[in-house]
Amino acid sequence: MLVLIGGILLVIIGIWAMLARKNIIRIVIGFSIVDTGIHLIIVAVGYIQNATAPIIDSAVPFEKTATDGIKLASKVVDPVPSALVLTAIVIGLAVTALLLSFTIRLFKVNGSLNIDDYEELKW
Amino acid sequence: MIKYLLVFVAIIGIAVMFYPLVEDFGRSTELHPLAQDYVSGSVTDLNMPNSVTAVVVTYRGLDTLGEVTVLFLATAGVGFLLSRKNRIVAVKRHGSEFLKTGASFLSPLIIIFGVYIFTHGHLSPGGGFQGGVVVASAILLMVLADLSFTFSHGLLHFSESLSGAVYVLLGLLGVILIGADSFLDPRYLPMGVYLSLFSSGAVPLIYSFIGIKVGAELSSIIDSLHEEGGD
Amino acid sequence: MPNIMALILLIGLSLVAALYAVFTQKTLSAVIASGIISLSASIIFLIYGAPDVAMTEATIGAGLTTVVFLYAMKQTKGGDDD
Repeated sequence: MLVLIGGILLVIIGIWAMLARKNIIRIVIGFSIVDTGIHLIIVAVGYIQNATAPIIDSAVPFEKTATDGIKLASKVVDPVPSALVLTAIVIGLAVTALLLSFTIRLFKVNGSLNIDDYEELKW
Repeated sequence: MIKYLLVFVAIIGIAVMFYPLVEDFGRSTELHPLAQDYVSGSVTDLNMPNSVTAVVVTYRGLDTLGEVTVLFLATAGVGFLLSRKNRIVAVKRHGSEFLKTGASFLSPLIIIFGVYIFTHGHLSPGGGFQGGVVVASAILLMVLADLSFTFSHGLLHFSESLSGAVYVLLGLLGVILIGADSFLDPRYLPMGVYLSLFSSGAVPLIYSFIGIKVGAELSSIIDSLHEEGGD
Repeated sequence: MPNIMALILLIGLSLVAALYAVFTQKTLSAVIASGIISLSASIIFLIYGAPDVAMTEATIGAGLTTVVFLYAMKQTKGGDDD
């Protein structure tokens, strides 16, 4: 529960950083903070009380039940949110790299990193 | 002044949007039935101790395929945006002797560690993505220490595209050898002994090729950023 | 709740680093602060029983993302302070 609230606060601080700063690199930093906050929220939703990591080797003994399933000796955490967050972290890095290469190109065109100087699309 | 008010309203709106998640957040003590199915399926059907690998490679294999595609698009975008002309005024600052000696000793060890991580992905925490990122960081060390190691762009692009094609081919082999309706089903190779390296079908092969592809792509991003030349 | 003191310490550290990244004047300090946020998030993932995610976040968040930001700051000639 604590980590859920911490993740939501990180998302709020990141969105505020995206809205209130003028330097383009600071806006991209805010985007990266939002990403980290969302991953914390997803992992916090999938947690089971007093459970361990979902890797079933000699430390978590199991036995097979009659209906073609297994019964674990101790509880394990949900593996599905871990798999989703794994994908999301790598995609977050790829999008951040793309945003920063756009920043470099914009700097080469105009010579300034202030977002108030790029007003061609405003009406 | 109106801008600060609008930013404040946006922040309050987002906090209100997240409120239902906090409100009915019950502390769960039992696994969801779907998660129980995945965990027991990964031990009995696929003979794999690491359930997260089973979910990423087999049960949610199409999501991994989509992620590999997104990484490829991002790498292509970065390579397209940043030109690779050589600097005319080559004011390169060579690394110190200490850095060069240390880097030439450490880089092969880091690459071997990365290869270990992605081949043992089904036995212990790890897998293709983590191992690929470790290999890319070893190449970053070699680039930063300015070792006389000319980057062969052709080899990088060739290995990346070859790994992607082999990954899709391994998935199609599942359709050919097992039957229709089983894309990326890894059960056509023998299951093997529990907790040994050559076990659980084609999953070590699939994860190794994903690891090579991710490592090559991130190295290509670092290479494009490093060699961005003058105007 | 496993080890609640460690969790409070880590979440407090990440929130302080996030506020510092928003309010500081120099861009380089903000980049290092975002690295600290990723590092404490990686330890929180480990405490919550997800070692794969912790490994991935530690290498990508506190490693490659910071390096990519530093490359971008070098190419745009220092990143003007706000």
